[in-house]
Amino acid sequence: MIENIRLAFQGIWSHKLRSVLTMLGIIIGIAAIITIVSTIKGTNEQIKENLIGAGNNVVTVQLNQGGYAYDMSWSSIPSGVRVITEETRQELEDISGVEKVSLYNSRSYANMVYYKNTEFSGEIYGIDENYLSVYGYQVKSGRGFTQSDYENFRKVILVDSTAVTNLFGGESPLGQSVEIQGDVFTVVGVVALSEEFAPTINSLNDYYLYADTSSGSIYMPSAVWPTAYQFDEPQNVAIKVANTDVMASAGQAAADLLTQTQIVDPDNSDFDYRSQDMLEQAQQLQSMSESTNMQLIWIAGISLLVGGIGVMNIMLVSVTERTAEIGLKKAIGAKKKRILLQFLTEAAVLTSLGGIIGVVSGIGLAQLISAMMQIPVAIDVTAILISVVFSTLIGVIFGLLPATQAANLNPIEALRRN
Amino acid sequence: MAILKLTDICKDYQQGKEPVRVLKNINLTVERGEYLAIMGPSGSGKTTLMNLVGCLDVPTSGTYELDGKNLKDLNDDAMAEIRNKHIGFVFQHFHLMPKMDALDNVALPLLYAGVPLAERRERAAEALKSVGLEDRMNFLPNQLSGGQCQRVAIARAMVGKPDLLLADEPTGALDTKSGNQIMEIFRQLSNEGMTIIMITHEQSIAECADKIYHILDGELRTGDEEPEKGGGDSEEA
Repeated sequence: MIENIRLAFQGIWSHKLRSVLTMLGIIIGIAAIITIVSTIKGTNEQIKENLIGAGNNVVTVQLNQGGYAYDMSWSSIPSGVRVITEETRQELEDISGVEKVSLYNSRSYANMVYYKNTEFSGEIYGIDENYLSVYGYQVKSGRGFTQSDYENFRKVILVDSTAVTNLFGGESPLGQSVEIQGDVFTVVGVVALSEEFAPTINSLNDYYLYADTSSGSIYMPSAVWPTAYQFDEPQNVAIKVANTDVMASAGQAAADLLTQTQIVDPDNSDFDYRSQDMLEQAQQLQSMSESTNMQLIWIAGISLLVGGIGVMNIMLVSVTERTAEIGLKKAIGAKKKRILLQFLTEAAVLTSLGGIIGVVSGIGLAQLISAMMQIPVAIDVTAILISVVFSTLIGVIFGLLPATQAANLNPIEALRRN
Repeated sequence: MAILKLTDICKDYQQGKEPVRVLKNINLTVERGEYLAIMGPSGSGKTTLMNLVGCLDVPTSGTYELDGKNLKDLNDDAMAEIRNKHIGFVFQHFHLMPKMDALDNVALPLLYAGVPLAERRERAAEALKSVGLEDRMNFLPNQLSGGQCQRVAIARAMVGKPDLLLADEPTGALDTKSGNQIMEIFRQLSNEGMTIIMITHEQSIAECADKIYHILDGELRTGDEEPEKGGGDSEEA
């Protein structure tokens, strides 16, 4: 076998131009597939990263009414729904895979929030001590909330950098007063995500996700939330989990637990808690980009088929050319299987080499595209392995006919042709 | 004991619709160690006979015994094994692998016999030495003269220690001097006990053998009975 592989390389090397031309179909096919797969993977990873944040594995669990998120601005806690207690919070933290739990109040669209004459139209949150660390926020300037802020019901707020731009015109907001629902709050700090959040807008979905956070956010201690809004509002639950793999299961478990403990008569209630797994949304987006790219892969597959036929063609020519060699080998005792194997090996080595060259040029092409068009690429090792194995397989399949022909040559006929 | 025994061998070829009988009732017995030449003009059937003896082809009728074994109804692979183990071939045009050096060319039959690499090399080197080419082992065929190529081919034929050496016009492509060198090697091999069957159309070459057969129109005659249409020996080019 090693002898066959050595001979195959010798044969390929001695017909360099012909070998390259023969491999071209395979090279182009494999390069195209590697490029497409790298682009898909790169885009997918970016979507995933943007939606769930790298290393920020948070599942949000919200109260739903009739299948839709309960609108907090309507009223206080609806009848049939209990307030989340410290015991329930403990139980949530005990769910396997859960690292940290945060309870918070929220308004998607703040109203009656003013700084001087500017109205703020972003989001507003009443947060507990865990919130910032669960979502991965850092205090960029000023200070965060302290224990005494909560205990003394201090009217203090944090703002994010978007709000700094939108509400304070980019000037330092520290110490400034903001009017929220008629109460005056003092800005004590500015927060930002520790991981830079750089959204890429590839679809309408992306746009909504991005627009949601684009007006900025204001955070106040949950203790003073009732001062500005209402008592006993249903709280949202943010759960930080150990890794993305357990996000869905932990989110589901938390939602089930909350539905069972917080809803009176959960079986007949209009209300339930549902987890909003960002990973799930990411996967939907990913499957969209994948399905379009699958068509491209099919086209590249056709190129591989054509490449395979090219290999078969050249191998048939090669068998004819080497009739005398085959005849001699048979005359001095080479059995059919050996001749068959020799030509199969040659075809397989040829296409594998084409596959490897294709992989290398595919990676190069993907990097080039990435550099020129700002499309993220990620090299997929599985795709590379499959490509090389597949190209070897093409050689074996399309080499079968020429190799059989060689093996069945009559040595007398073969020796006569010189 | 006879190394080779052909009894009533006939061989037909299909030519158009009519079968043509190329060999007619050939009877030939060759003793171990014999050195014989078969002469005949082109189309006489001598190459067909050679192919049958060399297990490259099967007879239409008749029996062929090699070393006491009847070679009837063997499949391709079994024939290949017999060729590999028992028969050494020398062809007019050498048939060396152009991309392999002399050593690898000589070692090739041993590869098919399943001999490990180190031993293959060793035995091939030995065989090359016996034909006086120990200093040409790593030369490619196109770097060797015709006579040297044929000596490589002889080394290849002998490396598997066959029972029978079959030579088809071994000097046909060589000048007289190289041809004589080849004949010297054959003589030496014969003296060492090798059985040799050589096909030629040259009287002078045939005379190097111990015994001469003539083949004409598919019939074999010993050297004593001269062919009726004599003088046709040198027709073949």
